[in-house]
Amino acid sequence: MLREVLIAPFSDFEFMRRALAAVVALSLGSGPIGVFLMLRRMSLVGDAMAHAILPGAAIGFLLSGLNLFAMTTGGMIAGFAVALLSGLVSRSTGLKEDASLATFYLASLAIGVTIVSVKGTNIDLLHVLFGNILAMDDPTLLMVASNATITLVVLAVIYRPLVVESVDPLFLRTVSRAGAPAHLIFLGLIVVNLVNGFQALGTLLAVGLMILPAGIARFWSRDITPMICIAVSAAIVSGYVGLVLSFQTRIPSGPAIILVASLLYLGSVLFGRVGGVLPQLFPGRHLEA
Amino acid sequence: MSMHKRLLPVLSLLLGLVIATPASAETRPNVVTSFSILADFVRQVGGDKVSVTSLVGPDSDVHVYTPTPHDAKDVGAAQLLIVNGLGLEGWLPRLQQASGSKAPIVVATQGITPRKRGSDADPHAWQSVGNAMVYVRNIRDALVAADPADAVVVKANAARYLAELDALDREVRAEIEKIPAERRKVISTHDAFGYFAEAYGIQFIAPLGVSTETEPSARDVAEIIAQVRKARIPAVFLENFNDDRLVGRIAAETGARIGGTLYSDALSEEKGPVPTYIAMVRHNIRALTSALVR
Repeated sequence: MLREVLIAPFSDFEFMRRALAAVVALSLGSGPIGVFLMLRRMSLVGDAMAHAILPGAAIGFLLSGLNLFAMTTGGMIAGFAVALLSGLVSRSTGLKEDASLATFYLASLAIGVTIVSVKGTNIDLLHVLFGNILAMDDPTLLMVASNATITLVVLAVIYRPLVVESVDPLFLRTVSRAGAPAHLIFLGLIVVNLVNGFQALGTLLAVGLMILPAGIARFWSRDITPMICIAVSAAIVSGYVGLVLSFQTRIPSGPAIILVASLLYLGSVLFGRVGGVLPQLFPGRHLEA
Repeated sequence: MSMHKRLLPVLSLLLGLVIATPASAETRPNVVTSFSILADFVRQVGGDKVSVTSLVGPDSDVHVYTPTPHDAKDVGAAQLLIVNGLGLEGWLPRLQQASGSKAPIVVATQGITPRKRGSDADPHAWQSVGNAMVYVRNIRDALVAADPADAVVVKANAARYLAELDALDREVRAEIEKIPAERRKVISTHDAFGYFAEAYGIQFIAPLGVSTETEPSARDVAEIIAQVRKARIPAVFLENFNDDRLVGRIAAETGARIGGTLYSDALSEEKGPVPTYIAMVRHNIRALTSALVR
């Protein structure tokens, strides 16, 4: 019985196995990025990016029609431009990262809508770009996997400056110049992960599996390394349970996975060891003064 | 001087030609049709005796069309409106009212017994070539009534075109004969081929529990795969699924072939693959046979 519910979907259908593999790969790459985004108060960057890529996708469409590669490349370039420009502005002026990102993504969206309207088409371009976790063919699966690999390697290289900068940017500035490059590389990683994530899995999953697990992890640890491990595990668990849920109940897979992650988040808010509601209301006996 | 006298008749003849050409163009009835397939029928039957405008152009979906002010202008200038009927053009009464047009409306499906789809009629009657011939006769009669002066030409055009359609009908049946009887079924999200299926005996099986508008769940995909495996459906035509990678996955897991594009509601541009109705039917039957014939 239990085997039928939990394992049979994957042993009977290849597309379920591929979906699971994709979600594990996505979790490995997105988990750590999400944790850093949260620490830098940039959690909403994912949604902004989903809109910011429109002009690039539109130009790709104008140049070569409904060509997924051209549109993805265009989207990636637009995403990079927005991320870099907003990063530069917030570094060189007093404007905060979130505010400058919001400005740039809105401008980018406006340009995108204008370009689309010039062509006079009413195809929903972004809809074409957004994929589905159940539709993993070989190239897409490879892309998601290599994405995760590159992300982990690059993060390992810039780990130290990135951590220090997230926690104490002023200190880093006094001892090293690695802060700005690390930040820009990190922005680049976000864009690559998001755009590829959109293309492979759809917006909801790409952004959701980045942000929610980080939120969950925050309630269980104070240190970055365990936080990253918890985020990745939470993402993998949400992915697996969500796929099973989608298989058993007809909820579309993307929303199912994110719903499971949201439930985990709710549980963490209530019961989390670090700053959860209940532990705060009823502090354990071990906290004697 | 004598030269001029001899030239005069020639000149006046030329002048007459120059004047006559636009004059005859003005008398050509202005026919407005609701979508591109009807426009093709009118063009075939009317030839150069009519000028045809289609409100919903090539490559556009008549189901989701919303009229523009420009369309109201076209309708206002029309002497004859030709529509499909059977509930396809729900927007037409309002458009005609807005345009102030007094042009008669001809329903091309007059005399066709509609298939029921749920409680509504299925409007895609043109997908059976036999029905298309009814369309053409209705359009012929409407054009003759609108412009009796050109009746002879219109009737001759219609007779020629009807003969072509008749040959096309036989061609489609002959093509279907090549498919082994147990392989005459496809799984398809198209809801436009009811009349085609009925006339030519190819089963169009809708995938279970899937609407193309919403994201499919894992269960939906699993059920389609189980359905295709169980009924041994040899080909999937799911091109209006929102993700063709998903169709690829379904095909890979069932061993079914992926069918090509089926055109249902609109012709393509002049240079596209299906500029006319006959080209469209040929294209569809080729897509079906190449996926179904072993």
